[in-house]
Amino acid sequence: MAQIFHRSTNFISKVSVFFGALLAALALGGVMGLARAPYLTNQNVTREQPIQFSHKHHVGDDGIDCRYCHTGVETSATAGIPPTKTCMNCHSVLFNNAGYLEPVRESYRTDKAIEWVRVHRLADYVYFNHSIHVNKGVGCSSCHGQVNQMPLMFQASPLLMQWCLDCHRNPEAVLRPRDQVFNMDWKAPSNQAEIGKRLAAEYKIPSVDQLQSCSTCHR
Amino acid sequence: MISASRPRTPLLCAIVAVLLLAGCSLKQDMAEQPKDRPLWPSDFFTDGRSARPLVENTVARGAVIEDEMAVGKESNAFPVPLNMELLERGESRYKIFCSPCHGLQGDGNGMVAMRGMKHPPSYHQDRLRQVPNGYVYDVITNGFGAMLSYSAQIPPRDRWAIVAYLRALQLSRNAKISDLPPDVREKVLHPPAEKKGEGAPGGKTE
Repeated sequence: MAQIFHRSTNFISKVSVFFGALLAALALGGVMGLARAPYLTNQNVTREQPIQFSHKHHVGDDGIDCRYCHTGVETSATAGIPPTKTCMNCHSVLFNNAGYLEPVRESYRTDKAIEWVRVHRLADYVYFNHSIHVNKGVGCSSCHGQVNQMPLMFQASPLLMQWCLDCHRNPEAVLRPRDQVFNMDWKAPSNQAEIGKRLAAEYKIPSVDQLQSCSTCHR
Repeated sequence: MISASRPRTPLLCAIVAVLLLAGCSLKQDMAEQPKDRPLWPSDFFTDGRSARPLVENTVARGAVIEDEMAVGKESNAFPVPLNMELLERGESRYKIFCSPCHGLQGDGNGMVAMRGMKHPPSYHQDRLRQVPNGYVYDVITNGFGAMLSYSAQIPPRDRWAIVAYLRALQLSRNAKISDLPPDVREKVLHPPAEKKGEGAPGGKTE
């Protein structure tokens, strides 16, 4: 039987094997990269809201504590979105004829909820709990970023499981004293490694094995 | 054997690939389960809320404490044990809920008051120094003047913690040196030479 391919085609075949593998690796990398990209995680994307509520103004300029509105954060899984009445505590007097606050007044008059657009969305199989994090020395800004500098709210973290695990595997890096949890401007001190270790012991942070066990977050 | 299997291999691969792809369809049933989480909208109820208001003439579990901790407006009773822990709780709650208007020291110069909210009266005026505890509790619970009720934001025990802290604030401006415990008195009379900017007796300056 005569040879179909000339010897020189061996080179082409070797090169094509190499490029085939390269292409597959690139495609895989592309898919993995896309899954982590802000395009799919919605990281850093500001949302259009029914009212242009500015955390920068209320937290940064006015110095209002997170818990004034997000009252559930220390005691329950969800931090909570305040009822319209909380807005009216001040805005029944302040800017009470401003046009852009009309949706707030309307909601208060008609008892119809303001439909805020959700910014942080976890999959339903994740049982995230705010209170345990806040009470064990994980600060708001560790996940939510410096909210006091955000005119419009966006998701500062990717909220991927990998991102959760980064911290669950090394919680010492972000632990703060409890009185600093709601401080938006907290920065890790230079001896954080040492302080984190001490706080982890003091707050009885479970072992890494326990922190990264499936059932810690998935039930 | 080999020649027979050859034409079938690509076909098998294609079938397996299609089956695998079917697994990653865009429908994410586990990520979006047919259940409601707090504050999620619902198209089942006409008002669009998944969280339901309390049914009329019912009492929520744990709400009886509201009644147990309420005292009359004229009463000077204090229904919870007074200790340092309660005072510290009161300080933290005061800073969260009251200081925006009433100011960190209770003068009525909070940031929100500065922005044009009506300046609330100072706690250090005679009238408010004389009011009974029940009056302060009632104002937190039901509001007063431009101040709306804080009963939804502050649970009863915390309201009493705030009352205690408010009393401490008032006392802080009317205490004599001789009222202080000996060790604290010593510190006030002969302050140890410390770094400046720290250790102001009123706590943090913000």
